[in-house]
Amino acid sequence: MIEIKNLKKSFGDLLIWEDVNLKIDDGDTLAIIGRSGCGKSVLLKHLNALLTPDSGEVLIDGKNIFELDYVSQRKVRQKFGVLFQGSALFDSINTFENVAFPLRYFTKDSEEEIYRKVMRSLGYVNLEMAADKETSELSGGMKKRVGLARAIILEPEYIMYDEPTSGLDPETAEEINELISLMSDEFDITSIVVTHDMHSVLKVADKVAYLNDQKLSWYGTLEEMRESDQEDLVNFTTASEYQVKILGN
Amino acid sequence: MYALKEIGKYSTLLYQALRSSTEWSTYRKNLFQELVKVGYDSVPIIVLVGIFTGSVMTLQSAYQLESAFIPLSTIGAIVSESILIELAAVISGLVLAGKVGARVATELGNMRVSEQIDALESMGFNSVSFLVVPRVLAGILMFPVLYIVASIFGVGGGLAAGYFSGSVPPADFLQGARMYFYPWNIVFGFVKSFVFGFIITSIACYKGYYATGGAEGVGKSTTNATVLGCIYILLADFILAVLLL
Repeated sequence: MIEIKNLKKSFGDLLIWEDVNLKIDDGDTLAIIGRSGCGKSVLLKHLNALLTPDSGEVLIDGKNIFELDYVSQRKVRQKFGVLFQGSALFDSINTFENVAFPLRYFTKDSEEEIYRKVMRSLGYVNLEMAADKETSELSGGMKKRVGLARAIILEPEYIMYDEPTSGLDPETAEEINELISLMSDEFDITSIVVTHDMHSVLKVADKVAYLNDQKLSWYGTLEEMRESDQEDLVNFTTASEYQVKILGN
Repeated sequence: MYALKEIGKYSTLLYQALRSSTEWSTYRKNLFQELVKVGYDSVPIIVLVGIFTGSVMTLQSAYQLESAFIPLSTIGAIVSESILIELAAVISGLVLAGKVGARVATELGNMRVSEQIDALESMGFNSVSFLVVPRVLAGILMFPVLYIVASIFGVGGGLAAGYFSGSVPPADFLQGARMYFYPWNIVFGFVKSFVFGFIITSIACYKGYYATGGAEGVGKSTTNATVLGCIYILLADFILAVLLL
């Protein structure tokens, strides 16, 4: 379980957000939504201590990650898989090696075992045939899927998705949404999805956190979000006619 | 204030690198790759630099010292001593600031802006140990080797230029080189190349590791790494000359 308590972050004089309090139960999928630049990705990077807050706590299974020493922090980070916005694949190695990368350093698996696990992981994202491809040969959607295969290779307890559908065509975005749901439903992984794609939110989320005006403006279940009449939330979720249509459904 | 902040960040990165240098298993594979990239891949340019530096030194010395009262062996002495004490280390250093420094800063900068360094940290890697330590170690270990290569081809180039131009017979060149040879000069050259290797790779790592922005940010980091590398090589050259000669 992840608990965020009174988190505050600023860069220099610029306050990003403060008084952020959240609880993410095991197995849940939380979508963090908000306008571009409101600090969604910044919040995500606090969950595995890639960024340090000005004040507040992030408790991972009861331990405040910011109070741990660097070695312990790194162990906690291994509980997380992360799908980065730009996929963050290592461009000096091919697809197979990207997915195998954590296994080679953090396990004592044999080559056969590594091969089996990598192909299984690539199988989840339907990319077994791209194992030998260089990352430069992959399309944006394929990169996201390889990034996801790498994120789940160590069987993490939590997966964080940073704008998983941004820059993708609707069909590929839908595939990614289905994969996020698969991870949550099949493997019972707790997921945190940062997005401003409301279609994606409606597809994958159990709970929603809305960041606005430098604070956590709203937090609740998907159903509560549909019924909420909080003005800024309604304005955000119904910003386009398409969103109104799908929310209405 | 800005300079102090930069020095603080640079020192912190070096301290982290020193602390994580014990994580041998993390950077072992990268170290061997970097030894090849910094050392082996730089040999052709260093050979070229060595040959032309030695050749030009010989031809210019022969032109300037053309006198019946100055023995030709003096040219061999001047060329070999200049190469061993100064030119092999400094000119190689300046060339490698461009070749190695720019590559390292670009690689790490690119990794930073495309979140690859964040990805490493997210997986539980110590990114400093994984990326910075092997590059700085490779610089420290390979620059002295490249200094030897530059020295051999520098003196050899000078000897060949003297012979082919007819200005200095090889026997006179070698007699002069032997007459004024002091082993300390080689030690001095070694120390310099060791320091230059550290300066170039550590500055490049620092600039790349903390790169911000997109392609423009990486370009800026690369330029800064190269320019600062050159400036600090010249500064270190002066300080080492004051301290050790």
